[in-house]
Amino acid sequence: MERLTYRGMMTASLTVALAAVVVTSPAHAAERRNGGKLLLTDGVASAEGAAGGGLATWAVIAGNETRDGIGGAAHATYIALPDYDLTSVGAALGVSDRVELSYAYQTFDTRAAGAALGLGRGFTFGQHIIGAKLRVLGDAVWDQDTLLPQIAIGAQYKIAEKGDVIRAVGGRESRSVDFFIAATKVWLPASMVFNTTLRYTKANQFGLLGFGGPRQPDRTAQVEASAGRLVTSNLLLGVEYRMKPNNLAFAREDDAYDLFAAWAVRRNVSITAAYVDLGDIATVDKQRGLFLSLKGGF
Amino acid sequence: MIPFALALALSPQLAIRPQEQAVPPYEHHDANAGATPFRGAGMWRAFHGSDGVARIVDRAIDLSQSDPRISDIFKGHDMIRLRRTLKEQFCYILGGGCGYSGRTMAAAHRDMGVQVADMSALVEHLQSAMRSEGIAFAAQNRFLAKLAPMHRTIVKR
Repeated sequence: MERLTYRGMMTASLTVALAAVVVTSPAHAAERRNGGKLLLTDGVASAEGAAGGGLATWAVIAGNETRDGIGGAAHATYIALPDYDLTSVGAALGVSDRVELSYAYQTFDTRAAGAALGLGRGFTFGQHIIGAKLRVLGDAVWDQDTLLPQIAIGAQYKIAEKGDVIRAVGGRESRSVDFFIAATKVWLPASMVFNTTLRYTKANQFGLLGFGGPRQPDRTAQVEASAGRLVTSNLLLGVEYRMKPNNLAFAREDDAYDLFAAWAVRRNVSITAAYVDLGDIATVDKQRGLFLSLKGGF
Repeated sequence: MIPFALALALSPQLAIRPQEQAVPPYEHHDANAGATPFRGAGMWRAFHGSDGVARIVDRAIDLSQSDPRISDIFKGHDMIRLRRTLKEQFCYILGGGCGYSGRTMAAAHRDMGVQVADMSALVEHLQSAMRSEGIAFAAQNRFLAKLAPMHRTIVKR
C-alpha cells in the first residue's frame, strides 16, 4: 500500500476534479448546441426562481438545453390572496443540463392588512433569492427502465429586506441559506411526474418574514412533494404540498398546497395557473387564492 | 468460400431484400431491437396494427428528413432498409408478433454522432406521427418508455 501523503491526496483530489471536468466536457467534444429538451421537462419556475413546480423546487435543470448546451428562462409570477399579494420575478440559467443558477425577487404586499398589523397600509416585504442547483445523478425523462429518479442538490441564499420589522416580529436574521436535495421522476408508462424535495431551512414565509424565531431559531427539515399527470404532451395537471417551519411566536405559519395546470403554449413559453392555499399568514387566516405564472425560455 | 458461407449462415435474409444496400453480416436476434415486447395484443391494437405502425413510421421518417435540425443524419442512409427495420422493431416491441431482423441499436447508430437533441427531435416527430394516427396519449407514452432507455447506446457524444 502506498502511504497517503498530503501531496498524494492533493494529486488525487486534483485528478478527481480533472476527471469531473473531462466527464462533463469530453475531449472528443460534442458539437455545442442549445435546445433539445422535450417539452415541459424543464418544469416551470418555482416562486423562488429555481426550476420546479409552482411552490416546490424540483431536480430538473432550467432551460431547454441538453448536456451539449446552455439554456435559460425568465418568469413573472403573481399570487393573489384575499388579504395579500405575492409576486416573484426572476431568471434562471441552465448549463449542460447539469448546473442551474437562478435569481428571483419576491414582494409581499400586505395591503389593508398592513394597517391592522401596525405596519401601515400597503407595507411591502421583499427578498432576493440567489440559487444554485447541481444535478448529481439520474435522468428524470430518458431513464425509463429504472425507478431511479433524477437527483439534484442545491442551495438558495435569501436576503430579506425590512430587517428592522423582521426583528420586531421576532425574526432572528434577515438573511440565510436554504439547503435542499430534490428527486424528480417522469414515469411515462403512467404519464406521471413525481417530485420529492427535502429542504433544510429556517425561512419564515419563504424568507419574506426573515429566518428563525422564538419557537425555533435553527434550520429544520421540511418536505415538498408534487405529483402531476401529463394530459397531453403540452399540459401537466398536478398537486403540490410544501411543509413550512413555524418559527415565529406572533403568528402561526401553515403548510402550503396547490392544484396546478402547467401549459406549454409553445416551445419557449409556458403558463402555470394554480389554486393555492398558504393558510395563515401573519395572523390573517385562510389565505387561499390564485397563482399565475408566465415563463419564457430558450 | 468459407467467409461467404459464414455470412450466409449469420444472416440468411441478407440476399433477399430488393432495393436495400448490403450491410456487413451480423447475427440476427430479436434482442437486437433493444427492448422487451409488451405482453398481449393490447398495445398492437392501440397502434392500429401493421397498417397503423407503417403510417406512423413513414410519417415520423418523412418529418425527420425534412427537419433541418436532423436531416443531415439521414443523408446517404439506406432509407428503404431503415423504414423496414423500424416497422419490424415497432411491431416486435408492440407485441405484433414480428421478428426483428435489424442490427443492435449500438451497431445501427455507430459513428452517427447522435446527440440528445437529435433524439429529442426524433421523439417529437414520432409523437406528431402518433398523434396524426390518433393513438391514445397514454399508449404513446407507454411505447416511448420502451424506446427512451435506448439513449444510452444511441447517444454517443
